[in-house]
Amino acid sequence: MTSELDIFVGNTTLIDEDVYRLWLDGYSVGDAVALRVRSGILEQTGATAAVLQSDTMDHYRTFHMLERLLHAPPKLLHQLIYQIPPSRQALLIERYYAFDEAFVREVLGKKLSKGTKKDLDDISTKTGITLKSCRRQFDNFKRVFKVVEEMRGSLVDNIQQHFLLSDRLARDYAAIVFFANNRFETGKKKLQYLSFGDFAFCAELMIQNWTLGAVDSQVDDMDMDLDKEFLQDLKELKVLVADKDLLDLHKSLVCTALRGKLGVFSEMEANFKNLSRGLVNVATKLTHNKDVRDLFVDLVEKFVEPCRSDHWPLSDVRLFLNQYSASVHSLDGFR
Amino acid sequence: MPGKLKVKIVAGRHLPVMDRASDLTDAFVEVKFGNTTFKTDVYPKSLNPQWNSEWFKFEVDDEDLQDEPLQITVLDHDTYSANDAIGKVYIDIDPLLYSEAATVISGWFPIYDTIHGIRGEINVVVKVDLFNDLNRFRQSSCGVKFFCTTSIPKCYRAVIIHGFVEELVVNEDPEYQWIDRIRTPRASNEARQRLISLMSGELQRKIGLKVLEMRGNAVVGYLQCFDLEGESGLVVRAIGTACTLDKLSSPAAFLPACNSPSKEMKEIPFNEDPNPNTHSSGPSTPLKNQTYSFSPSKSYSRQSSSSDTDLSLTPKTGMGSGSAGKEGGPFKALLRQQTQSALEQREFPFFTLTAFPPGFLVHVGGVVSARSVKLLDRIHNPAFVGIMSNTRSYKLLDWNSFNSDEPETRDAWWAEIRQEIKSHAKALGCHAVVGYSESTSICEEVCILSASGTAAVLNPRFLQDGTVEGCLEQRLEENLPAGCGFCHIPYDELNMPFPAHLTYCYNCRKQKVPDVLFTTIDLPTDATVIGKGCLIQARLCRLKKKAQAEANATAISNLLPFMEYEVHTQLMNKLKLKGMNALFGLRIQITVGENMLMGLASATGVYLAALPTPGGIQIAGKTPNDGSYEQHISHMQKKINDTIAKNKELYEINPPEISEEIIGSPIPEPRQRSRLLRSQSESSDEVTELDLSHGKKDAFVLEIDDTDAMEDVHSLLTDVPPPSGFYSCNTEIMPGINNWTSEIQMFTSVRVIRLSSLNLTNQALNKNFNDLCENLLKSLYFKLRSMIPCCLCHVNFTVSLPEDELIQVTVTAVAITFDKNQALQTTKAHVEKSLQRASTDNEELLQFPLELCSDSLPSHPFPPAKEHLESASSNSGIPAAQRATSVDYSSFADRCSSWIELIKLKAQTIRRGSIKTTVTVEKTSPMGEGNFRNRSAAPCANSTVGVVKMTPLSFIPGAKITKYLGIINMFFIRETTSLREEGGVSGFLHAFIAEVFAMVRAHVAALGGNAVVSYIMKQCVFMENPNKNQAQCLINVSGDAVVFARESELEVVSTQQPAANCQPACTGGEVTT
Repeated sequence: MTSELDIFVGNTTLIDEDVYRLWLDGYSVGDAVALRVRSGILEQTGATAAVLQSDTMDHYRTFHMLERLLHAPPKLLHQLIYQIPPSRQALLIERYYAFDEAFVREVLGKKLSKGTKKDLDDISTKTGITLKSCRRQFDNFKRVFKVVEEMRGSLVDNIQQHFLLSDRLARDYAAIVFFANNRFETGKKKLQYLSFGDFAFCAELMIQNWTLGAVDSQVDDMDMDLDKEFLQDLKELKVLVADKDLLDLHKSLVCTALRGKLGVFSEMEANFKNLSRGLVNVATKLTHNKDVRDLFVDLVEKFVEPCRSDHWPLSDVRLFLNQYSASVHSLDGFR
Repeated sequence: MPGKLKVKIVAGRHLPVMDRASDLTDAFVEVKFGNTTFKTDVYPKSLNPQWNSEWFKFEVDDEDLQDEPLQITVLDHDTYSANDAIGKVYIDIDPLLYSEAATVISGWFPIYDTIHGIRGEINVVVKVDLFNDLNRFRQSSCGVKFFCTTSIPKCYRAVIIHGFVEELVVNEDPEYQWIDRIRTPRASNEARQRLISLMSGELQRKIGLKVLEMRGNAVVGYLQCFDLEGESGLVVRAIGTACTLDKLSSPAAFLPACNSPSKEMKEIPFNEDPNPNTHSSGPSTPLKNQTYSFSPSKSYSRQSSSSDTDLSLTPKTGMGSGSAGKEGGPFKALLRQQTQSALEQREFPFFTLTAFPPGFLVHVGGVVSARSVKLLDRIHNPAFVGIMSNTRSYKLLDWNSFNSDEPETRDAWWAEIRQEIKSHAKALGCHAVVGYSESTSICEEVCILSASGTAAVLNPRFLQDGTVEGCLEQRLEENLPAGCGFCHIPYDELNMPFPAHLTYCYNCRKQKVPDVLFTTIDLPTDATVIGKGCLIQARLCRLKKKAQAEANATAISNLLPFMEYEVHTQLMNKLKLKGMNALFGLRIQITVGENMLMGLASATGVYLAALPTPGGIQIAGKTPNDGSYEQHISHMQKKINDTIAKNKELYEINPPEISEEIIGSPIPEPRQRSRLLRSQSESSDEVTELDLSHGKKDAFVLEIDDTDAMEDVHSLLTDVPPPSGFYSCNTEIMPGINNWTSEIQMFTSVRVIRLSSLNLTNQALNKNFNDLCENLLKSLYFKLRSMIPCCLCHVNFTVSLPEDELIQVTVTAVAITFDKNQALQTTKAHVEKSLQRASTDNEELLQFPLELCSDSLPSHPFPPAKEHLESASSNSGIPAAQRATSVDYSSFADRCSSWIELIKLKAQTIRRGSIKTTVTVEKTSPMGEGNFRNRSAAPCANSTVGVVKMTPLSFIPGAKITKYLGIINMFFIRETTSLREEGGVSGFLHAFIAEVFAMVRAHVAALGGNAVVSYIMKQCVFMENPNKNQAQCLINVSGDAVVFARESELEVVSTQQPAANCQPACTGGEVTT
């Protein structure tokens, strides 16, 4: 006796969250059944392995059919074929677009191209995330990228509107898209200690302050590309390190303001010129694409590492940077 | 020219890409009705076209309006080649033809293609202007309402229930036309879909005409089926119950919906006639009435001719006089006579209803069924003959007979079976059949026609229009129903139509009741049930040699009686094992395949307080000398006893203990025992000789005489009860649970297994089939575990044998959650009370001898067996209740009102706890925003698809149906030539069923509704050819589109009303003191 056909169709589509997670994680039906058995579900419900197998198959089939709709979430809301309560729809979408930290760190800033996709094998081996799941996550990044690439308006809003993601997830995707578009290098060994959250934080600030959207809200690609003019203007900062008087003045302003407030004051005082030179050099080079990509590498090399070697506490770094930029305003030519 | 149909095509969305180059589509729409076609402009390069067309107007006869579907085709314009079809939408405009239903059809319909499935959606608005037509020779029947619901619809009142209407239409199947060889599968499928749609329309119109003739205005319990007879054509047939319905105007009259059928009617006194007239003595058991016949040869009637002679349709006046002398006197005779004549004016006193207005059902006799094996050996179609005359000239012989003859043949077949049913009912002393249904099973050219129902005595009040009610009511009120009236035997105990073990009713002590009761109807609302019910299934397979034509038909005819018998035995055994004594909703399906027959019986077992406690099951060994064998037997016996005890606990069956003296020892006569009859033909007449006289009373003996029987006992014990928190039944509601909450989940599950041809023995088959069904149930319990505590209601199994070694089982049911904490188990106390009362009753004895000889059936080809024979002439010690009414009524009233009041109470507590908002549900807009509002939880506000509930039940728990919008009857074909790519057979069928649900929901939403009740999947024919990577599936579904409102949303005033409203119903009994 072999089962040729075995289906269950509800008027309301049944979604089992646990099975959905297994499916998203890229497990095969067999592995999923094994994992479910291990979870003790058979004992809880008194079901047999055959029942579990049939149930898992059924859910997998449903998810497979839903996947097409999940690629364009608004379709899931408007389609008539599967009657799914709105809360469940939201869950389906949110989970489908969720990604693994380990995975996103691997592809953050990489070009979302076929070439990268070929490397997914390695990423899968490295991260322990199934290849299937890697593909889904990669395709999600790419899909979102393609849709919002040439759109007007706020990046986060566009993502939210076209993919119906939660605010949190939409922001993360904005960061991913922004990084992919500008191809920031994040994979260097020096940058490994940074989490996706760290980069997402940077991305958000950069989108707010460095892009076209920051000055004009009616341009294509406004949140994706850095404002070229702004980068050009950054060249002017060179004077801060090139002009000896200005450099000294700047240093004294910062030192006066921070005296007594910084635990690492003497180190700061000693290193000021180096730090300032590092920062200004990073900024002035940003007109070259190559240097844009290396932004984070350079920042870490030129600023973060010197601070770290002197054991600056975070609060001191913050104070210093605030004072560093604030003092500039009282210099001649920056007023 | 009495109708103008107006159609507007608004827009499309999610269209498929038809032009690969541009990734876009140039869509336009063809709107076709009858022979008229309109087209919209081409909306270039868009997947979401906005046509906003003018109103296309069709001026048509109302006859066409009823028959024809509106056909909307979406196409992709192509300048250089033929336009490609994207898909079609068929819209049945019937709901627009009667005034109370929908006024407009407007909404998004899935665009369906038989090869690709759903491809986008189209927004359409349809309206109809009907002109009054006074032509009395008209062929249309606009205005007759159709309901699939097998009870009086919730917002109506039955004025008269007229009776049975049936019709069938025959046509050639397009799939088998010569042209099918040259046209595409798509064209062929569409021709078929369209034809069936047309035929359904025609059928409905013709039935409507019959209803108008009977002066009715509605058909309730409408069941339409189609038979795919292959080469010999396509039959669409329908049965229903004609009624005159009155719309209840104020919503105040609605009762809490979970309390099933219409209680808004005044309680009508029962007619309690213990000794109905004795016009028939046909030897038939409640179940065992069948005819096995096959044409073209003579019918193989298993029925003794005595009942056949009763077939005359003239009213049998004066028939009551035979028993009139007893107690009811001339008055009762009069009543009976009236009922009789009212019914006998009809050709077939059948009712497709399964639930009735209170007072309608007086007595229930038992299940009557008839089957007949027919050969489909003719092709009648003039067109076919004309075209193919050179190659198939022999068909010309049928030329003359075609038009009139062909439907006649099918008509005659059914008429024959219905006559059979009618005569069986008469043999049971009943003049009517309720819960009536018909079905077929076709394999190649052999067709089994089946009909079954429940013989019953009905109250004439509903059948005629207001005649002689006055005097009847007055007199009848003395005899009150005590929730047990329907159990009382309608036949004459002196001349019982079949051997039964009669006792005095455990409820009222006045009338006789059988020891078990099998019915095809739902549990009457006033019935007193102890504990909960459960789904009981009998499953059986029989191998059959492959044969051709008549030989095949004969083989099947010969097998059928044994199948029926064994199914019955299994049911009886399982019922006893559950410690229950009655079956409701019994449905026996016999399916014929190439090399086997399958029998599947489903029913809901309950413990009726009125019937005696069922005895246990006792096992007897044939070789008593062997010690170890004895031990084995006693071990088995212990297991069985344990199971019974466990089941009693599980289903909360704890009937009040009654001492023997109170009941008046139920006839301690020489007890006949039946044994489990093996199906070998030679054993068929052994049965009556067995008398083992085991000490234990009422014990049901299973004799283990061979390994076969062992298997049976084992299989009895292998049925696993559902996991805790789960109940299941195949009736509308679960007896013993009435605190439903509002969460429902309707589902369809399909399984196909392939048998390995090696082990094809009957036992192996049985085991496979049994496992298939059990595993399916287990899967359902597992899938729905999140709904616990819940009950699977209206579990409907369908078996088909698509190929040699394939068994397909389709299940449709609804899971409903209920509130565990508010279990209402109060009836028990009342039963006890009533029993005590009864015991103090008078001692008047019945003064007539009871005689029934066990040898009255020697000629019966197979013995009716089981509850064999409790003839008993001992009337001493039986307290006949003659004037017990004065005591009895109060307990009845108590029980009745308590039950209803508890429900009321529950309903009100729900209401109190909720926000009382008034929602006018009529305002459902085309987009279904109105429905949207009804949704309980809608956190995601940007969804635009309204929820449409679907349920096979006639009600929605926790809600009231405020409007019926019309019948939904849809037929779809889906075919694929890329089976693997679509996920194999499972993927293909899963997607198709989901699409069917979607299309049903879309149509309901477009009518302005938010639910389908009485939903049924009547057919799911699945064929595959994996080698060719092909599969095809046909699905036919129907139901009633309705608007419902949550109880909490209705006005406080209106909800409090019903409480007052059912007061008369509850207190009706008390008037009689």
